[in-house]
Amino acid sequence: MKEDSKQEKNFEAFPVPDPPRPGEAPKPWGKTRFVGKPLPRVDAFERVSGGAIYPSDVRLPNMLYGAILRCPHPNAQVKRLDTAGVESMPGVRAVISAATPGADLTWLYRQARPLKEVSSKLFDPHCRFEGDAVAAVAAETPWQAWDALQSIVVDYEVLPFVADERKALEPGAPSVQPEGNLVQTERYERGDVQKGFAAADVILEETYRTACEIHTPMERHGCVAHWEGDRLTLWESTQGVFAVQSGVAKVLGLPLAKVRVIGHYMGGGFGSKLQAGKYTVIAALLAKRAGRPVKLILSREETYLVVGNRPPCNMRLKAGVKKDGTLTALDFGLIATGGAYPAGGASLVDWQVRDLYRCPNVRTEATDVYVNAGPARPFRAPGHPPGSWALEQMMDALAGALKMDPVELRLKNITTVSQAREGQPPYATTGLKQCLEEGAKAFGWKEAWGKAGKDLEKGDLRRGVGMASGLWFAGGANPPATVIIRMFADGSINLNMGASDLGTGTKTVMATVAAEELGVWPEAIQIENADTGVTQFCNPSGGSTTVPTSAPAVRAAAIQVKQQLFAIAAEELKVDAWDLTLMDGAISSKVDSSKSFKVSDLAGLKKRGVIIGIGSRDPDPANRVVNPFAAQFCEVEVNVKTGEVKILQFLSANDSGRVLNRLTYDGQVIGGITMGIGLAMIEGRVLDGKQTGKMLNRNWHDYKLPTALDVPPEMISLPVELESSELNTTGAKGLGEPVTIPTAAAVANAVTHAIGIRVTESPISPMQLCRLLEAAQKKMTSLP
Amino acid sequence: MTEHPGEKHHECCRGITRRGFLTSMGVGAVAVGASGKLLAASPYAAPVVGGNEMTRMNFLVNGCSHALLVEPRWTLLYVLREQIGLTGAKPGCERGECGACTVLINNVTRYACLTLALECEGAEIVTVEGLIKGEDLGPVQQAFLEEDAFQCGYCTSGQVMAVEGLLRTKPKPTLDEIRRGVSGNLCRCGAYPHIFSAAQRAAELSAIRAGVKP
Repeated sequence: MKEDSKQEKNFEAFPVPDPPRPGEAPKPWGKTRFVGKPLPRVDAFERVSGGAIYPSDVRLPNMLYGAILRCPHPNAQVKRLDTAGVESMPGVRAVISAATPGADLTWLYRQARPLKEVSSKLFDPHCRFEGDAVAAVAAETPWQAWDALQSIVVDYEVLPFVADERKALEPGAPSVQPEGNLVQTERYERGDVQKGFAAADVILEETYRTACEIHTPMERHGCVAHWEGDRLTLWESTQGVFAVQSGVAKVLGLPLAKVRVIGHYMGGGFGSKLQAGKYTVIAALLAKRAGRPVKLILSREETYLVVGNRPPCNMRLKAGVKKDGTLTALDFGLIATGGAYPAGGASLVDWQVRDLYRCPNVRTEATDVYVNAGPARPFRAPGHPPGSWALEQMMDALAGALKMDPVELRLKNITTVSQAREGQPPYATTGLKQCLEEGAKAFGWKEAWGKAGKDLEKGDLRRGVGMASGLWFAGGANPPATVIIRMFADGSINLNMGASDLGTGTKTVMATVAAEELGVWPEAIQIENADTGVTQFCNPSGGSTTVPTSAPAVRAAAIQVKQQLFAIAAEELKVDAWDLTLMDGAISSKVDSSKSFKVSDLAGLKKRGVIIGIGSRDPDPANRVVNPFAAQFCEVEVNVKTGEVKILQFLSANDSGRVLNRLTYDGQVIGGITMGIGLAMIEGRVLDGKQTGKMLNRNWHDYKLPTALDVPPEMISLPVELESSELNTTGAKGLGEPVTIPTAAAVANAVTHAIGIRVTESPISPMQLCRLLEAAQKKMTSLP
Repeated sequence: MTEHPGEKHHECCRGITRRGFLTSMGVGAVAVGASGKLLAASPYAAPVVGGNEMTRMNFLVNGCSHALLVEPRWTLLYVLREQIGLTGAKPGCERGECGACTVLINNVTRYACLTLALECEGAEIVTVEGLIKGEDLGPVQQAFLEEDAFQCGYCTSGQVMAVEGLLRTKPKPTLDEIRRGVSGNLCRCGAYPHIFSAAQRAAELSAIRAGVKP
């Protein structure tokens, strides 16, 4: 075996696709040289060598370290704040609080769906959640900054709190906001659920709960802030440099052009880094006051308290189905919370119920309430995994009641239109059927499902299989997006785009698309991205929209470069531009192979110095919905004595359109499953609802994430690639979010299959499972 | 351990001795308490330093010696990143929960966030930057690149060092040993299965580079 055997993949070289004729759209790629192949990332060297510079790594000359003093109570008024003497402590260079000139700033909490805003302060004297900012310092070392925080004296009037969203609307519950604890109730209805239930042969009703999940990306939230006169530069760990730019500019009253945000590398976000944080503005204020750059990175504990979460969801679902498996009615209720300020706490939780399966009669009611806890932020497929936890367990229970295969029940209720949207427009592609059928086949579902739990008993161990499916609400275009590709006189290529690469492989995918069109290896393309100072505007990387938004813009820009290059070459070679083709830096005539030129030898290109191609992205067609679909299958082993669950295998079949890079595609799939296993098995915020209202597990020791020992050693990724002219020019739909939507429900269904007990509350901890097993045992023995 | 002229050998030559650890901890406690009186009560005959007194230390990192003044409470992670400028080791939790700061100290994988800088006199420290020869990636790094054993890459330095440490003691680890070997390193992106394949591939690559038939 040779060392480079892995690198010697077959990348047969062939000419690039012809540019489209005027007025025509680019044709879908046929055979591809790079697209869809398992190519290593273009920035892999930087990421494995320790050379990639994340915002946490930035070290500027003369830089200080910032830290934030946070309220230790879930609800309190700051009565007195004494910073006397703190500024003269060793190393301390700036201290700010609400009393500092220029720091008395408005902080707006805003949710988009439905629109609601509540105005607060950067340092608000009324701290409505544990961890709200009270003051901040900058010092020569972080240790000195922490010393300084300890020396600030604050008198709090500690107020009554409500920590449990199920008690927030009870009479006498302390009010989180002046208007009370109800954010809003959102209602949706189509058809007539009463009639639907009347037509049903089987009706089941169940309550479910998913615990509050915390993002905890590996890199903590924070930035380095640096002023040059009135220009502010921020190195921020973010999913969207332009969102941070506009957020900071608004709060500080700066022109957008005076705020530069750079986010080349970032250590994970999962939705919690789509916006500027209070910490961003505080870092800028500290840097201004000290007249020196400030690095402010939150501690791990702070990231548990103040930078978002996936809200806890309390759900009720009633479902009616005919004997043949046709759904007749779904009635869904929800109470959730986005914390102490409007943050979309109940948003999109009902979307699976509304839209996944064909059902004429659907009613949902989603109530969002305030509690004294940190505000939510979008978390990988907001609302969807909790909704899936309820709907997909209900589908499983219905299949059980009908004595039907759960895959069959789902296949029976597939739809090709988005029923919950106005006018019920069709999906551009609906791969759910293929995901279910091909996934079930590859997993060996029929055989595994047919085996009753009893057949697989081995001592205290029981095995079972489970599955679930899902769709993601977004995953199509999220314009505007502009991409600029430059080809220099030597034929080398620079790609300029605003999108952040969260680790999903954005840069690699974009380089692959450009490489396919321009006939060079992806790593030859130099990328500039995620810098408001020098790259093009785009929306934050979220909603699984980055690839379907930016990749077509890259393709368009590359085609423009190719057209201009062919025009220059046609003149020099004295041939028709449409007869030219390009491969590995050489242009040749398709009709006369003797006519060939190195791109770098073109006099016209040398004279121009550079060819610039500008690509942009239009919205998806208004009458088509672009959503990805998924079906997942897993096998578990439950120890009925200890309540431990081992996940033995997992398969995910995904309709996310065309695969643009197989390695990063599979990476998303296994990552989504791993995160879903966390939701199913171990994760959950614990608030001390009775005594202090404080979060009890604000670190990775007490709030555990899945480790290498908690996931199956192998997970199978099965792409379902449907072609459609109605998708964008690259054929790709979003992937990052659909891969984590059905996971937790699939695990829960497998546990039920193994032990015959349904677990309706996440996480499926050994403690909970032992309790349920004991209760089931008692019920059995008490029977006459 | 490689001999370096001028380097003074400390008693901790493999991990830390109990005595070395307690000495450092005692100094840390003093730093917090800011009380010189505790020092007198120290039963250990080790040299004592005051809480805010800087100590001159020699750090041997990736074969290079760095002479620095450090505070007793500074961690190795802080010194590596913010004093020396080696930012490969990452702060994830700074309380020994995630492993993003994993380095090798005398060939043993250690969390740099739980290691006081003062413990490291005379120790041989290797960070992820130390696995590269010129511009050639080390076998573990190369394997991570090939298997796409990361997403955001923030935990990657720690994962790479965990696998490096594992392979130095077990050149041909089983899958189970690999899973245990990296189980002290969290990856929120969830790249674990790719990390397992990378560790297997790294074992292969190391054997090839060492001229051993895999």
